[in-house]
Amino acid sequence: MTQPVSPPRGSADKVRPAAEAPAWRGLMARADVRTLSLLGVLAALIVIGGITKPDEFLDTRNLQLVLTQASVIGVVTVGMTFVITSGGIDLSVGAIVALASVWATTVATQEYGFGGILFTSVLVGLGCGLVNGLLIAYGGMVPFIATLAMLASARGLALQITDGRTQIVTVDGVLDLGERDAYVLGVPPLVLVFAVVTIIGWLLLNRTTFGRRTVAVGGNAEAARLAGIDVRRQRLYLYLLSGLCCGIAAFLLIILSGSGQNTNGNLYELDAIAAAIIGGTLLSGGRGTIVGSVLGVLIFTTITNIFALNNLQSDVQQIAKGAIIVAAVLVQRRTASTT
Amino acid sequence: MAPEPPLLSMSGITKSFPGVRALDGVDLDVQAGEVHCLLGQNGAGKSTLIKVLAGAHQPDTGTIHWRGEPVTLRSPIAAMRLGIATIYQELDLVEHLSVAENVHLGHEPTAAGFVVRRRTAKESTAHLLKRLGHPEIDPGRLVGELSAAQQQIVSMARALSHDVRLIVMDEPSAALDPDEVDNLFRIVGDLTADGVAVVYISHRLEEIRRIGDRVTVLKDGRAVAGGLPAKSTPTRDVVALMTGRNVEYVFPERPAAPGQGEQPLLHVRGLARDGEFEPFDLTVRPGEIVGLAGLVGSGRSEILETIYGARKPSAGQVVVAGRPLKPGSVRAAVRAGLGLAPEERKAQALLMLESVTRNVSISSMSRFAKAGWIDRGAELGAARAATRELSLRPDNPSVPIRTLSGGNQQKAVLARWLLRGCRVLLLDEPTRGVDVGARAELYAVVRRLADEGLAVLLVSSEVPEVLGLADRVLVLREGRVVHTAPAQELDEHRVLDLVMEGSPAS
Repeated sequence: MTQPVSPPRGSADKVRPAAEAPAWRGLMARADVRTLSLLGVLAALIVIGGITKPDEFLDTRNLQLVLTQASVIGVVTVGMTFVITSGGIDLSVGAIVALASVWATTVATQEYGFGGILFTSVLVGLGCGLVNGLLIAYGGMVPFIATLAMLASARGLALQITDGRTQIVTVDGVLDLGERDAYVLGVPPLVLVFAVVTIIGWLLLNRTTFGRRTVAVGGNAEAARLAGIDVRRQRLYLYLLSGLCCGIAAFLLIILSGSGQNTNGNLYELDAIAAAIIGGTLLSGGRGTIVGSVLGVLIFTTITNIFALNNLQSDVQQIAKGAIIVAAVLVQRRTASTT
Repeated sequence: MAPEPPLLSMSGITKSFPGVRALDGVDLDVQAGEVHCLLGQNGAGKSTLIKVLAGAHQPDTGTIHWRGEPVTLRSPIAAMRLGIATIYQELDLVEHLSVAENVHLGHEPTAAGFVVRRRTAKESTAHLLKRLGHPEIDPGRLVGELSAAQQQIVSMARALSHDVRLIVMDEPSAALDPDEVDNLFRIVGDLTADGVAVVYISHRLEEIRRIGDRVTVLKDGRAVAGGLPAKSTPTRDVVALMTGRNVEYVFPERPAAPGQGEQPLLHVRGLARDGEFEPFDLTVRPGEIVGLAGLVGSGRSEILETIYGARKPSAGQVVVAGRPLKPGSVRAAVRAGLGLAPEERKAQALLMLESVTRNVSISSMSRFAKAGWIDRGAELGAARAATRELSLRPDNPSVPIRTLSGGNQQKAVLARWLLRGCRVLLLDEPTRGVDVGARAELYAVVRRLADEGLAVLLVSSEVPEVLGLADRVLVLREGRVVHTAPAQELDEHRVLDLVMEGSPAS
């Protein structure tokens, strides 16, 4: 009987650097080119903001505002990055954020205070993710269709709950976190949550079996299945994860606005997909980058801020966003074809 | 009077990709009406050369003369206009269009410039199909409904629908059964009789003997021999040119009686799938290699995938080391110690964007993980140990798997199961896309794994491979096992008789 090959003791750290270095450095360099070009764009935007509105843009308060605004969509984008890496798509994120935010701010829920609001946001997000996951993984539905259906239903349900009215939050604990000068560990609370979600997301994707399975399912689902991976269960987990991120984002939005509205999270799905794609995650699956996604979010949020400071209307912003998506993908195609 | 210039003359063609010099000064002359064979191992530059010829790649340096005139093949359309057509290995047909629409794609016969004259298109397609010996293909059918062999005919009809003077065929016989290969050769003969030149690429030396006029051998991006006579050059010389070795197939020695006295590791009882294969029994003992021989469509791959749980059986069961497997569950099979090296390596086994390490470790990830957290040092070390055991080249598991040759990619798949501690190895066409030189090494690896106690079940469409490598052979015909015998008692003719006639030696 053949024994499983086990690594010779200590062989792992005695990796021969000479043979290893070129390929390794090649991979690093490639990842770096992508990340560096995104950082370059972000730096250019900051320069533009600093030149056009030196006093307002570079003000600490404004920079905090940019990060805080990026936090909500950023958390959603981390979840979206996993789904896209697995070769899927989640069109329902914005609607789930809306539904979770209104369900968590009904008068009945608010009676349970801070914990009730947090718990409900997360649970509604997970519930929607569960439905998505079951339909896609075990019902055999195409992700595009299943999450499109969820988008419609969740928005409808959110409207039904609120009847179109804004639900004001009266829980002090929540309102306190939304104050302009609220800090936790020296950073605005939303930014802290965003940072934690980003770090966990990065570790999950790059250092765990869960992340490997995600990449394998996206890179070649049939190969993953024949290698013994439970592809369906992995898909279910991924949509659950996206739902969870939406629930967290809904809670952040409640803090930020001090209310719950059925119009929350409008077009988040497009912003999250766009941020992931310009970050370098392959829409066809098999490769994903959390760092790229976060940079994508920061770029979009910074543009929005600069345009608002310069009194440019949102139509111009939209055009600029579209141009950036096209430019980013063109640059990536070029770097991909030369490697 | 000057002699007639060759139809095509390529000289000094070089083409580099980042990190690779794919072509390094290649010359190729093709005369009108000849079958010019292009031989070479994988990675020798054959594909790049034909892509240059098809206008899909631009050469870095070198000149191309077409009927004595210098030309630049700026695009596939430019090549097509000159009369150069290419039939790629992966057929490029649109499945949801009809045969006639595919044949005339891009140059539809039209009225008033844009209205497609469907009847004209159908008639000319029917005419072309008749010329190709397949009048039974209906020009109105969807291409997706046709068999692989029929799709290839459609691809050829498309080439002939242009005023073609040179056809490049990239391994056209790879997916064909023997009688279809005969038809292919007849077509090639008809084309050359009409003065059309054929550039023919194949791994199979005996085919080149049958239809080739001249042979050009590529190795490492250079033409190491140009225009050899195809029929009279000794096989030994051709193989030596391709590999630097003097052997074609070398099979490892068989142990006297592998697995005798041991309980079978794999026991298949009455396994069947409606419409694919009939109930059959099979045992494989540790140390034994059992081969399944049969034509395309005889149910070989289906049997393997059903044993592996990737397809659900309609009857019967699979028993591994005495314990029945849950039917239709790949995970149960893998847990019980089965491993599959599937037929379509790229589509079914590999993560092409990932490194060798990650492709090897994918089935044993939990071994390197605590609570889901992967110890990447241990993973790399284990992958290195497993790939070294199989002498995988390059000896660096961090390189992307797509940079490996076919033979080494196959070794990575084997390393995956070796690492997992698999006990029953299912090999589906293990040497497909693996060049001649690397095959012998792969055979030796498989035999060695068996000697170490693995049970191996091998499926191959190449009869010599099954006979040379396996200890026992099951011959399949149309989903039925028609004969079982020790490999020594069979020869190629006997097996071919069995798979064609299906008369068991009762």
